[in-house]
Amino acid sequence: MTATTTSARSELSELGRSETALRTFLHGLPGVDQVGAEQRAAQLGTRSIKTTAKAQAIDLAIRMVDLTTLEGADTPGKVRALAAKALRPDPADPSCPHVGAVCVYPAMVPYVAEVLRGSGVHLASVATAFPSGQAPLEIKLADTRAAVAAGADEIDMVINRGAFLAGRYKEVYDEIVATKEAAGDAHLKVILETGELATYDNVRRASWLAMLAGGDFIKTSTGKVPVAATLPVTLVMLEAVRDFRAATGRQVGVKPAGGIKNTKDAIKYLVMVNETVGADWLDPDWFRFGASSLLNDLLMQRTKLTTGTYSGPDYFTLD
Amino acid sequence: MFEYAPAPESRSVVDLKPSYGLFIDGEFVDPTDGGSFKSINPASEEALAEVAEAGPQDVERAVRAARTAYEKVWGLMPGRDRAKYLFRIARIIQERSRELAVLESLDNGKPIKESRDVDLPLVAAHFFYYAGWADKLEHAGFGADPKPVGVAAQVIPWNFPLLMLAWKIAPALAAGNTVVLKPAETTPLTALLFAEICQQAELPAGVVNIVTGAGDTGRTLVEHPGVDKVAFTGSTDVGRAIARSVAGTRKKLTLELGGKAANIVFDDAPIDQAVEGIVNGIFFNQGHVCCAGSRLLVQENVADRVLESLKRRMAQLRVGDPLDKNTDIGAINSAAQLERIRELSDAGSAEGAERWSPPCELPDRGFWFAPTIFTGVTQAHRIAREEIFGPVLSVLTFRTPAEAVEKANNTPYGLSAGIWTDKGSRILWTADRLRAGVVWANTFNKFDPTSPFGGYKESGYGREGGRHGLEGYLNV
Repeated sequence: MTATTTSARSELSELGRSETALRTFLHGLPGVDQVGAEQRAAQLGTRSIKTTAKAQAIDLAIRMVDLTTLEGADTPGKVRALAAKALRPDPADPSCPHVGAVCVYPAMVPYVAEVLRGSGVHLASVATAFPSGQAPLEIKLADTRAAVAAGADEIDMVINRGAFLAGRYKEVYDEIVATKEAAGDAHLKVILETGELATYDNVRRASWLAMLAGGDFIKTSTGKVPVAATLPVTLVMLEAVRDFRAATGRQVGVKPAGGIKNTKDAIKYLVMVNETVGADWLDPDWFRFGASSLLNDLLMQRTKLTTGTYSGPDYFTLD
Repeated sequence: MFEYAPAPESRSVVDLKPSYGLFIDGEFVDPTDGGSFKSINPASEEALAEVAEAGPQDVERAVRAARTAYEKVWGLMPGRDRAKYLFRIARIIQERSRELAVLESLDNGKPIKESRDVDLPLVAAHFFYYAGWADKLEHAGFGADPKPVGVAAQVIPWNFPLLMLAWKIAPALAAGNTVVLKPAETTPLTALLFAEICQQAELPAGVVNIVTGAGDTGRTLVEHPGVDKVAFTGSTDVGRAIARSVAGTRKKLTLELGGKAANIVFDDAPIDQAVEGIVNGIFFNQGHVCCAGSRLLVQENVADRVLESLKRRMAQLRVGDPLDKNTDIGAINSAAQLERIRELSDAGSAEGAERWSPPCELPDRGFWFAPTIFTGVTQAHRIAREEIFGPVLSVLTFRTPAEAVEKANNTPYGLSAGIWTDKGSRILWTADRLRAGVVWANTFNKFDPTSPFGGYKESGYGREGGRHGLEGYLNV
């Protein structure tokens, strides 16, 4: 880290102390032109990824999947099966890598932990009154502590969108700082719920806010509102982590979640990572997909590439 | 690292003949003098096909065929019937767009993603758009019953071969004229494929005639006394010569010439999108664009930041095989053009500007030039004044909006300009003061058939595209 980034980092760490300083900083970030950002995302989507590049991308994407179930109907049996799939996504092919993590509600964490222990697959839990975040702070923090105590090593928190949209940036900031503290050694993913923030300017500001407050990852969505991850939103977030590292020397990960259903989409995201932030982020430590049905499509495409034929969906496990 | 495997578009969709004649009166015919030349692929220098060179007698035949078709068929045909042919041509272009796109990339050197996603959709859109005007000319604002001019001589450049053909032929035919078109000598092939499309559409013989050849053929064509209208797109020097040669004749003239556009980035611009716009402005089509944003005017207080982002972005540009679907920058169109780009770039270095290109490997064969920027450029440098027509950007700075406008206008050209700012009022203030035919705000190199395009000052006169584009082809 250079002397400039060190001093920039300490200056930036001061911002959280005052509402005015935070507001001035966030509103001073360069704007995002909606048409231009969407056009750039669409252009990147036209890259043609074939043969060896496709095989490489599929394996990388599998390693980046946060295999997720967040339903009221989740049971110990259901999440154990999902965890088993995370370890061996394709039982027919031992060369198939395991996924990045399993993502569940806090109450399900103990059952998943039993299966994943020592495997290298991370265990993520949503917390902080997911998905709305509309609960008293103490409850959100207790939620977080409970998840970590039960064995989660990654916490997916939601920001307080109500406070953000009302312009109370310090409140959002303080909640993230408090959650980070409650999470302890667990990695903190900060869900911006970009579908509710609506504008790209807001997405950029929320990204910076989450990074300034200490988030290890910024994540697009809960998957519980109509608009989840999109390519342009992810582009704006990638630009934010790129600029944040340039300013502070600290690297922050990105996780688009929700709505990424097939291999073609996943590869578009990887191309975007490659051409926006580069190889440093092309790793499960720095980029994840929050998804469930995506995994089976990746496996089908992987089998197609290795065997030359498409197997029917019956050949891939449904968990 | 994530290395993209080669993703070449198949050449087999194009069925090239070893040689092509001239397209006169609905048929491919041999040239009277028997001259010919080869069109080569600038990415590999291989010869693609042998093309006839039209001499004075061939031009005479073509103009006569166009005159006959005008007087006997096309000029008399009701607009709604002309529209049917134009719609049919537009649909065939869409149906055969893959074939046309591959051939355009082969003959021109432009990346397939551009010929596929920009050139061909715009070509079809132009024919559709002007097809719609053919039976509504009385509503175009040029009188109750505007009449065509007659026979149009059209000479087009090599940078957008098929798109320039569409810009010329579609409005001419919609308004009831017949045409003799001369494509550029380095890129004649898609025009010849278009001739086949005219046959496929059963367009009446002689309505469209295509004579291939170089400067002499073009001169013979525009100077031919049987021509009523001359439309030229190309260099300002040739444009001047044409203006002189048609002076004192009855011929109507429109010229679309060179440019040295300013792309102005204010300090409140959305920087990431502005950088995309800068890249698109100068590296689109290898910078072979008359309206290219070849002068970047960036406000001094954000210059370092913008340049850093620009360099990072330029390092992502993929230069190479035009038929690879992931190529961003293809081949320079000809050895002569490459020589001109090199000469002006060397002049930039010699005059003290600082030159930078990202690391990039260029193929051994063919004509290539790495994307290049010059910083520390002043208005006195040749690279700030002369049109380079290549992937070379000159970067200048300014302090105030007034200075930006002054520098932007300080050129003999006036084709286009770009403005990047988050402030709507500043867009309007600046656009009002720019002496340029097209001003883009927070975007660049956007084209649409409904939008008129053309220059101020030495960038030419007349407008192409939109309702305005009909004027050049109507007797008003």
